[in-house]
Amino acid sequence: MRRILLATMAAIGLTAAAAQAQTRTRLTVYTALENEQLAPFKAAAERAVPGIEIAWVRDSTGVITARLIAERANPRADVIWGLSVFSLLQLEAAGMLEPYTPAGADALRPNFRSARTPMTWTGMDAFVSAICFNRVVAEQRGLPRPTTWAALLSPAFRGQVVMPNPASSGTGFLTIAGWIGAMGEAQAWSFMDRLHENVQVYTHSGSAPCNNAARGEYGAGLSFDMRSVALRNQGAPIDVIVPTDGVGFDLEATAIVRGTANLDAARRLADFTVTRAAGDLYGRFYALLAHPAATSTVENYPADFAARLVSQDFSALAARREEILREWTRRYDGKSAPRN
Amino acid sequence: MAELALVRPRAGRDQRIMQGALLLAAGFLALFLLLPLAWLLVRAFQDAEGAFVGLANFAAYVTTPALAASAWNSLWVAALTTLLVVPLAFCFAYALTRSRIPGKPFFRAVMLLPVLAPSLLPALALIYLFGNQGMLRGWLLGHSIYGPIGIVLAQVFYCFPHAALILSVALAGADGRLYEAAAALKVGRWRMFTTITLPSATYGLVSAAVVVFTLVVTDFGIAKVIGGQFPVLATEVYKQVVGQQNFNMGAVVGIVLLLPAVGGFLLERWAQGRQAGVLSGRSVLYAPAARLARDVPLLLLCLAVAVALLSLVGIAVWGSAIRFWPYNLTLTWANYDFGRFDSAGWDALLLSVRMAGLTALFGTAIVFLVAYVLERGVASGPLPALVRFAASMPLAVPGLVLGLAYILFFNEPLNPLGFLYGTLAILVLNSLVHFYTVCHLTAVTAIRQLDPEFESASASLKVPVWLTFWRVTLPICLPAILEILVYLFVNAMTTVSAVIFLYGPDTKPASIAVVHMDEAGQSSAAAAMACTILAVNLGLKLLHLAMGSAIERWTQGWRRR
Repeated sequence: MRRILLATMAAIGLTAAAAQAQTRTRLTVYTALENEQLAPFKAAAERAVPGIEIAWVRDSTGVITARLIAERANPRADVIWGLSVFSLLQLEAAGMLEPYTPAGADALRPNFRSARTPMTWTGMDAFVSAICFNRVVAEQRGLPRPTTWAALLSPAFRGQVVMPNPASSGTGFLTIAGWIGAMGEAQAWSFMDRLHENVQVYTHSGSAPCNNAARGEYGAGLSFDMRSVALRNQGAPIDVIVPTDGVGFDLEATAIVRGTANLDAARRLADFTVTRAAGDLYGRFYALLAHPAATSTVENYPADFAARLVSQDFSALAARREEILREWTRRYDGKSAPRN
Repeated sequence: MAELALVRPRAGRDQRIMQGALLLAAGFLALFLLLPLAWLLVRAFQDAEGAFVGLANFAAYVTTPALAASAWNSLWVAALTTLLVVPLAFCFAYALTRSRIPGKPFFRAVMLLPVLAPSLLPALALIYLFGNQGMLRGWLLGHSIYGPIGIVLAQVFYCFPHAALILSVALAGADGRLYEAAAALKVGRWRMFTTITLPSATYGLVSAAVVVFTLVVTDFGIAKVIGGQFPVLATEVYKQVVGQQNFNMGAVVGIVLLLPAVGGFLLERWAQGRQAGVLSGRSVLYAPAARLARDVPLLLLCLAVAVALLSLVGIAVWGSAIRFWPYNLTLTWANYDFGRFDSAGWDALLLSVRMAGLTALFGTAIVFLVAYVLERGVASGPLPALVRFAASMPLAVPGLVLGLAYILFFNEPLNPLGFLYGTLAILVLNSLVHFYTVCHLTAVTAIRQLDPEFESASASLKVPVWLTFWRVTLPICLPAILEILVYLFVNAMTTVSAVIFLYGPDTKPASIAVVHMDEAGQSSAAAAMACTILAVNLGLKLLHLAMGSAIERWTQGWRRR
């Protein structure tokens, strides 16, 4: 009896769901956005684009990228909204992105969109590498406030620096790519050689360095700017410092997955992601936006922030990624025991 | 031949049933373990475009600078953990089964605490205790918790229940007549221990050692959170698959990681040859008499272990209720308002319970039937050997590798099972296969303690094999079956590494939410979700213990006189 009841209930549930699905197209959207961004982004997109429903699959950049590539034979995502441009370039090289120029995408800043026609991806906003600096630890250990990368080379920082392992984390790669862009290749390697003396740990996760600095495990965590907001809201005594001697940056970007069964709805969502309204939404979390007219409402960013960004050729960097990682691994990864 | 006919007069039909069941078992393991893995591992011999490159990837891997260091690190850390955990777990299990110490149900519950909680929980607790801001950091004498010390400490904590579970099953059944005979012969206690107890537990000891060693080698979660930059093989897989999306190289490391499993499998086969049935139809269950010289030290040991396990968990529970470690230690319930941190909120927990429940129900049935068919069916031939090997393999497969293999295999457009992809069913199947080995070993240990003469006797009474299974084997093995059920449930509740590739928009489990919250810097909320998972698992375990004593009275009465 109970089984029949359950079956009936399940059938009713299914019909109801089916009826709703007929009115709205369900788009599976893969993303690496922060958790707190998912609800407002979904609400705004569903309001602006009638007839779609967003179903998020969110994970860290590495996991989402690995999933997308592993699903290559039979893609499950319709749209990618909020993933590192380096990942998208990898997918582009594998022919996994649907070429489409969203309406109005030409208005985006030139370095923030695909150079192809039609475009394969469009940028949303930039996040930059930054130092999460713990004021309490600094006071205890007498660490000077670092305003440049070079300041981290001071012997005072010995064992007090933590950064992501670029072989494990996209944030780590972004950081060293920025140094290469700012200092030039040879200089950057000699900088890293000296920084290595002060680094206590290379973490596998891109968010761990800032989390660790916030918990007072280390004085300085190398991560990206966005990371720290949630930590500060919880009461972590950290400052986010965007060094003045050139920072690397990464874009969060959008693309349509080639082979999607919902191409029409995916295009309409892509159109929304490049609008100024969407830019204002990104501006609630990020300081530097792809849409020139969109405004950012995040605080505590220096006025000359955009000027500190190194000029960066994403495609060239993506092409050299393997080579750079190999060199990095050869130099720093084999050293096993943590120094005290 | 004549002998076989004498022992199994109805061999014909029973054999056919067993043979059919064996085929089903082989089919299941082939479909959900061997084929997906093979699908991934052939990529070790291909380049990114799928062209055959022979051993080029292996050659490239051998020249990777960190390889030698990470392989050596994996080996010695695993060996050290095994050396610490197995003797400790043996003494603990011995106290639970062969002594008269008070509070056994309490110790049984505490013993399992580490597997009841996601691995992030001990890692956070160790950071709160021994990290650079830790309360007890002086205890490390200036050494850092981030590195081998932290890995070994966390692994001992994490592996202890696995070893203790296997060993307590191995020590549970003992034939009291042997000890009576030995006592009558005035054999010393030490000699009784080395000639009766140890040999009967050899298989359990070897299994426990193999399980612990392999768990440490393949576990990535602990190495990631507390290992600092100490490179081990499992972190190499992560670097290749998640860090660089190089599946070919990931497959290469996956194959390297299978080597300990092959060694373990051979070792286990060797131990199996030395293990005879402990409980025959004439057995009398050994009931230890009270003896202070044995019970007091054992009780102290159990108390020490319990205090260590409870304090780690206690620290984490406290950590789930503070605002922000270490700067704002005021207590709050806000961390349990999961909707603030993750859109799925509490629903993630409900999903996890559903997934774990299904894994436990189907998994227990499958594991036990397969073990029974293997132990009591045709023992020779390639098929049983294949099934045995397949059953011991999942332990050696890192979750990341299994998860990736599942994507590639079940998402393949040509695969008729593709409809499973993205559903709850694939999470269930994946968890079941991922945790198969320890369950299989538990089932085999329990079945092997039964003398095959039960089957022979029923065969000569013309009772079909499935009836004997239903009326004799199942009730006798019920305690082990419940252990398997609980083990599968709690592991499915806490699993991360394989399912992180497989969950869909509507099927995100709580254990993944824990990782996401921690990554977002919400460690207190992550600890809170981890504690909620722990609470569900603990509830089930307590229910199991309560039911267990009733069931024991009902099904194990025959063991007493």
